[in-house]
Amino acid sequence: MFADYSTSELMSIFAMQGFAGLILFSVFVLMALGLAIIFGQMGVINMAHGEFMILGAYITYLTSNIFADHMPQLFGSYFFIAMALAFVAAGALGMLVEWALIRHLYHRPLDTLLATWGLSLILQQLYRTIFGAREVGVTLPDWLMGSIQLTDVIEVPINGIFVMSLAIGISVTVAALMYRSRWGIQVRSVVQNRPMAGAVGINTAKVDRLTFGLGCGIAGVAGSAFTMIGSTGPTSGQLYIVDTFLVVVFGGAQSLLGTIASAFTISQAQSSMEFFLSGSMSKVLTLLFVVFILMLRPQGLFSLKVRR
Amino acid sequence: MATMRNARPSGLGSKLPVLVKALAGAVAGATMALSAAVHAAPSTAEVNTTNLAVTDDKVTVGILHSVTGTMAISETGSVQAEKLAIEQINAMGGVLGRQIEYIQEDGASDWPTFAEKSRKLLVNDKVAAVFGCWTSASRKAVLPVFEQYNGMLYYPTFYEGLEQSPNVIYTGQEATQQILAGIDWVVKTKGAKSFYLLGSDYIWPRTSNKIARKHIEKLGLKVVGEDYYPLGHTQFNSIINKFKLKKPDVIFASVVGGSNVAFYKQLKAAGIDMTKEKPLVLTISVTEDEILGIGGENIEGAYASMKYFQSLTNDNNKAFVKAFKERWGDDIVIGDVTQAAYLGPWLWKAAVEKAGSFDIDKVREASPGIELTSAPEGYVKIHPNHHLWSKTRIGNAKTDGQYEIVYETPELIEPDPFPEGYQ
Repeated sequence: MFADYSTSELMSIFAMQGFAGLILFSVFVLMALGLAIIFGQMGVINMAHGEFMILGAYITYLTSNIFADHMPQLFGSYFFIAMALAFVAAGALGMLVEWALIRHLYHRPLDTLLATWGLSLILQQLYRTIFGAREVGVTLPDWLMGSIQLTDVIEVPINGIFVMSLAIGISVTVAALMYRSRWGIQVRSVVQNRPMAGAVGINTAKVDRLTFGLGCGIAGVAGSAFTMIGSTGPTSGQLYIVDTFLVVVFGGAQSLLGTIASAFTISQAQSSMEFFLSGSMSKVLTLLFVVFILMLRPQGLFSLKVRR
Repeated sequence: MATMRNARPSGLGSKLPVLVKALAGAVAGATMALSAAVHAAPSTAEVNTTNLAVTDDKVTVGILHSVTGTMAISETGSVQAEKLAIEQINAMGGVLGRQIEYIQEDGASDWPTFAEKSRKLLVNDKVAAVFGCWTSASRKAVLPVFEQYNGMLYYPTFYEGLEQSPNVIYTGQEATQQILAGIDWVVKTKGAKSFYLLGSDYIWPRTSNKIARKHIEKLGLKVVGEDYYPLGHTQFNSIINKFKLKKPDVIFASVVGGSNVAFYKQLKAAGIDMTKEKPLVLTISVTEDEILGIGGENIEGAYASMKYFQSLTNDNNKAFVKAFKERWGDDIVIGDVTQAAYLGPWLWKAAVEKAGSFDIDKVREASPGIELTSAPEGYVKIHPNHHLWSKTRIGNAKTDGQYEIVYETPELIEPDPFPEGYQ
């Protein structure tokens, strides 16, 4: 397959392919972080994760329209405001859902799966009623379009760089929150031993609500960023949910590092296979690979050792 | 950018008054037409010997599409077109002096639900015809039901062919009509020599690409790659790198659904400017409806091969687009399938009138040879194989989300659902 190409051409293609893998990795990290926080720290399986992402995407759509209508001169920078709004909106909805629905189900983890699945259906229909069944097109500022030409052949998409920086930024923020802040200590102690954490004066209900809100907020930011690379419609969230769960479960539910390692493994495996095989076949092989590893290590790549 | 924004649907509020006005108009037209037609209408016993839902002044038909679930994105336009056609027919006096009433059922993007609802329409409601289905999967699911209970389905979507049921009239194009003309055009006018075939992974893209590959190789040209991605796939950077490596003259794309948006956005972001036509993108799956989600600026320069574009300038189409916008709002766009869905009720009306009866068997017998000179796409005619003779056009996507038509086949293309050697 490579016989007809010069070495420099091949090098450039491999460089670009490596970059494609990194973009996929960033997308996976953004998708999975919010879910990993909720699933890992609270044991809640949030089937409505994709719908929280799409809420972020719709907020971006609305913000872009408002900016285009009222402040066209600031259109270039609307994306940052949209992401902030997406975080607030998705986070607020997350806290509301936690208060109204999830907190009654903490002792029944499987029921949270059903309840949040129902919630995802409700949200989908809500989006359909408000925004219509058709997909909406989000107009991006010009500086986010196009690519940077490095050499004759190597071109790096700008939105890819943007998604990568965002993924790094959010991962670092979450890690800092988790391991350097008071709230992080509280979360981790609630995860390790809920009754004991309560006994030493931690308000476990409040910690739960904030954790759920943060996870949903990050989903909203991810959804906002994905308007650059994907579609925005009532059911678009479903496109991401399977990959998201795959990354989280493979990485080991309670470890943020595991989530990142798993996103890296899956994205690199998938993107290099995609290059040599057809898209469908590489998906099949990726899934088989994950199933095989999980048979050997049911707890996922990384797991927290806790005395029960 | 400003025009793009105007082309988007802007919410529900603005549509309500339009809807009320159109309804009022339809009702007024209907009562007038009714009083004139009462004497002419043949007796019910005469036109309905098979116990269909036909009375002295009414005939009931079914509309069966997904208005919830994934497919609602695509099927909404078809529902709107069918309702518009029915209202227009009613305002003209109905069919055999009877006003058309419709029962709408929701297939909910779920194939067993389609089968169940079609059984309900045929057995409980005894409808005289059904306008519906969109995906091939839903059509395959309802097919046994229509054949068992002898119903008549008008199916609007362009599809892979390889089917010909006595109980279905296919108002969209089958694959050879859509594909061969497109490839011939790109070879003749653009001098294309090599092709990369890309599709979503299910029956329609795979069959379409099989037909395309056969035709390309018959012309002595080269297919340099063929790839499929799962439905809903959102990451196309690897395939874009393959394009850059293989440098095909033409990317022949049949990606569908949400994947479409991801594909064109990432193609553009990767620095492939489609207006330079190096490579040229030829799609058979992106109608004006899909461009709403993709964004005109992301697909500018791509070519599409279809039988209908909203920008057709014939008088039929001008009237159709005007009526459609009056009925459903100014922001709406009309794609290939929406127009094909609009043909359904008109073709059925013509067949019923030719047969002088609503009976399914007589309508079927009368259908071949039915012509429609008032079709928005121009002139269509039903072939004995239940598909339509139609022209194929090539459109070039513009930033405002519309296609500029650059080519039209001189003759109507004969439908050939079972192409020899292509299977």
